[in-house]
Amino acid sequence: MTGSRSRPAYLLLLPAGLWLILFFVVPAVQLFGTSLYDPAGSLTEGYRMTWAFGNYPAALAAYWPQLLRSLGYAAAATVACLVLGLPLAYAIAVKAGRWRNVLLIAVVAPFFTSFLVRTLAWQTILSDSGLLVGLLRDVHLLGPDGRLLATPFAVVAGLTYNFLPFMVLPLYASLERLDGRLLEASADLYAGPAATFRRVTLPLAAPGIVAGTLLTFIPAAGDYINARLLGTPGTAMIGNVVDSAFLIRLDYPQAAALSFVLMAAVLLLVVAYLRRAGAAALDRVA
Amino acid sequence: MADLRLHGLTKRFGAVTAVDDLDLTVPAGSFFALLGASGCGKTTTLRMIAGLDQPTAGRVLLGDDDITGLRPYRRPVNTVFQSYALFPHLDVEENVAFGLRRRRQRDVEAQVEAMLALVQLGGYGKRRPAQLSGGQQQRVALARALINKPRVLLLDEPLGALDLTLRRRMQIELKRIQTEVGITFVHVTHDQEEAMTMADTVAVMHAGRLEQTGPPAELYDLPATPFVATFLGQSNLLAGDAAGRTGDDIAVSAYGARFTVPAARSRATGETIFLGVRPEKLHLATAGDDVPPAHQHVTGVVTDSSYVGVSSHYLVRTGWGTELAVFAPNTGAERQVPLGAEVCAHWHPRHAFLLNRPPGEGDRTAPADANLGVPA
Amino acid sequence: MTRAGRWIADHWVLGAGLLVLAYLLLPVAVVAGLSVNRPSSRLSYDFHDFTLAWWTDPCGAPGMCAALVRSVQIAFAATVIATVLGTLMAFALTTYRFRGRAATSILVFLPMATPEVVMGSSLLALFGAARVPLGLWTVVIAHVLFCVSFVVVTVRARLSGLDPRLPEAAADLYAGPWQTFHRVTLPLALPGILAAALLAFSLSFDDFIITNFTAGTTTTFPMYVWGTAQRGIPPQVNVVATAAFGVAVALVAVTTFRPRRR
Repeated sequence: MTGSRSRPAYLLLLPAGLWLILFFVVPAVQLFGTSLYDPAGSLTEGYRMTWAFGNYPAALAAYWPQLLRSLGYAAAATVACLVLGLPLAYAIAVKAGRWRNVLLIAVVAPFFTSFLVRTLAWQTILSDSGLLVGLLRDVHLLGPDGRLLATPFAVVAGLTYNFLPFMVLPLYASLERLDGRLLEASADLYAGPAATFRRVTLPLAAPGIVAGTLLTFIPAAGDYINARLLGTPGTAMIGNVVDSAFLIRLDYPQAAALSFVLMAAVLLLVVAYLRRAGAAALDRVA
Repeated sequence: MADLRLHGLTKRFGAVTAVDDLDLTVPAGSFFALLGASGCGKTTTLRMIAGLDQPTAGRVLLGDDDITGLRPYRRPVNTVFQSYALFPHLDVEENVAFGLRRRRQRDVEAQVEAMLALVQLGGYGKRRPAQLSGGQQQRVALARALINKPRVLLLDEPLGALDLTLRRRMQIELKRIQTEVGITFVHVTHDQEEAMTMADTVAVMHAGRLEQTGPPAELYDLPATPFVATFLGQSNLLAGDAAGRTGDDIAVSAYGARFTVPAARSRATGETIFLGVRPEKLHLATAGDDVPPAHQHVTGVVTDSSYVGVSSHYLVRTGWGTELAVFAPNTGAERQVPLGAEVCAHWHPRHAFLLNRPPGEGDRTAPADANLGVPA
Repeated sequence: MTRAGRWIADHWVLGAGLLVLAYLLLPVAVVAGLSVNRPSSRLSYDFHDFTLAWWTDPCGAPGMCAALVRSVQIAFAATVIATVLGTLMAFALTTYRFRGRAATSILVFLPMATPEVVMGSSLLALFGAARVPLGLWTVVIAHVLFCVSFVVVTVRARLSGLDPRLPEAAADLYAGPWQTFHRVTLPLALPGILAAALLAFSLSFDDFIITNFTAGTTTTFPMYVWGTAQRGIPPQVNVVATAAFGVAVALVAVTTFRPRRR
């Protein structure tokens, strides 16, 4: 079914394609327009299009720490997810045997409990009066006034927690396809466990690592829930700024400019990453 | 019943020509084998007959109907796919009933039952394909296609996934079923023995072209091209030149010697020719043995011998360096020829044949590692 | 290596994996605990006293059940629309070669590569400019948007894993394009489609950021939680979260442990 008869393809694509164009591409273009409005206007009085490219340097000058912090936190959370996700995915795919499905369910199920409620639960766990802080103070890993909540650590831990399943599932999918005989062949050819992991397992899991990294980094960079619930104003991320600029300060041009900067930063990083990781991986992600 | 005819059938994929200007007639009711190495275009040919691929040029005719442009689901042609393509979500009955149901036929259950009985799978109707062995899956695939009473049944390497014993059994089985239902079978295979044991007519394909078509015995006895001579069984092909005709014989000069071949056994049209003799048509004579008077011979040294039960296989190096393959039957009358023995390999001219030789090409003989007999 | 040393070498990964799993499940355990806890005061989360009061009266928290019902309605509508649209697109992408195929893949990928705040804010700006009143339907539109990409990716993965000869075999057996889709491709893709629908439902049900931008005065369950978080969430929220976890486990268990069809 190839070649000349492609008309049915367009019919099948039409509904979803229209939806994506109408509600993703058009708003993105419009958002770009909004980012160039006269910053002196307001929502009640209306905005004028003045091609105010100055909105971008102004927004960056005001909020570059939050932008950098967002990318930094997201990167830290992504690395943490990879470090935690690899043993878990490997254990499920290779070592779990008949418990495989049970463990998979255990990974997926928390995902169905409200994201906000779970983050609030972290608030409880990390709170100054919580068990964890008490324990850490007792063993002197934390000073007597040391805290976990309202620190960058709490925000990164929250991000890591929230997006870990997005890392584990693609990792699992690529490790599960791994042919066990390859590991045996590697062992037969004088590779110890570490060498086998580095030379055989990891390269073959690369598509999963690429997909998992993207699925973790992208939402983490735009998130503001963890920063709000587990951090302080000092740990605010770019999402917090965009959110308040749009919904509280009602400064649309600046909010739009910041949104665009965030999207551009993320897309730039994603493209750079995919170039290094190999464009073939994109096809497996998308 | 009507013949299946291909006229100038051509398929190009980009710059690659998979099937090149093929003309072929498959007589109605015959068991027809399309034989060739992988990549020779035989499967592409089959797919064009089935309607799964559209030819770049040429026509497919069934009797007087031109079916070239018909969609696969409008053709009275069915296929047994390589590794079967059974629907994993349907049980055996529903797999077999699939075609009948699409055409809203009556009496589906009874027909399915009869067909499962024909392929000896009565009682397996409720199983899923995954619960069947390879041989059983193969029978389901056959039943699923046959039940539609196609005018032509196409089989794409239908036995390729089975082990050797099962394959031999299914060959006999397929032949029995074909005789019973009388439908035209077009069987694609790379296994020359399979093609020869089953088919009434074998067509050998090579590089998208048809090399030769005919009954198996004719193809083996008098191959038309060097490819057929070496692909279907083995041949020793000696490079030579035609040196005139005397009566019913053609004279050949090769490596300073003169040979003759009956004109009826010549496929050669030019001057540069191959003189071909099958290894089992060569006999060995050692010092003191007589060479029968009508026979022709070359001399050489035995460089390799292997005992394979029914026969012994020898390699004989000639004075000009070519190694000839010789198969000697172990009838009990012969003695083994030792390595290094000086021998005379002789044959009767009516067992030799002449083929066209591309100018400049040297001898073609059986490869050294193929001396264990007819490749499976 | 000693026998014990070898055992540790073979099993430490499993141990590490289980520890990570514990990290994933810890908050769920806390939530489940809080759902049967009678706190000493409204703002305290100390484990104080066991009670089933919240489980027997889940709608006792004012406004929560209404928000929950709204979330289910939205998730249901978004799932149905996104699954249908996404499946059609995935089918087109795997079955046909056509001009614009690569562009379509990028169009599908982009929403997944866009942070939620950006998508939410751009939709807010669009609805504002088009003077579309915010409410249930604007939320559904937004949710379909971010779900549809995930549906396409999930269903496409399933479809591209199918034996390409199966549709050919159907065509050879007199099934036209529609029959082939209906009798062969669709049933075989069904596990993938169900997984995609489940994913879409959970993404929609749980979404806060985009919803917050596009909901106007409509309150969904995550928005309700967010709104009450400052004053301390009502314990019934933990009941809902725990119950959702239980339902999810049951649902996933049923879909995974069903007799396998290959």
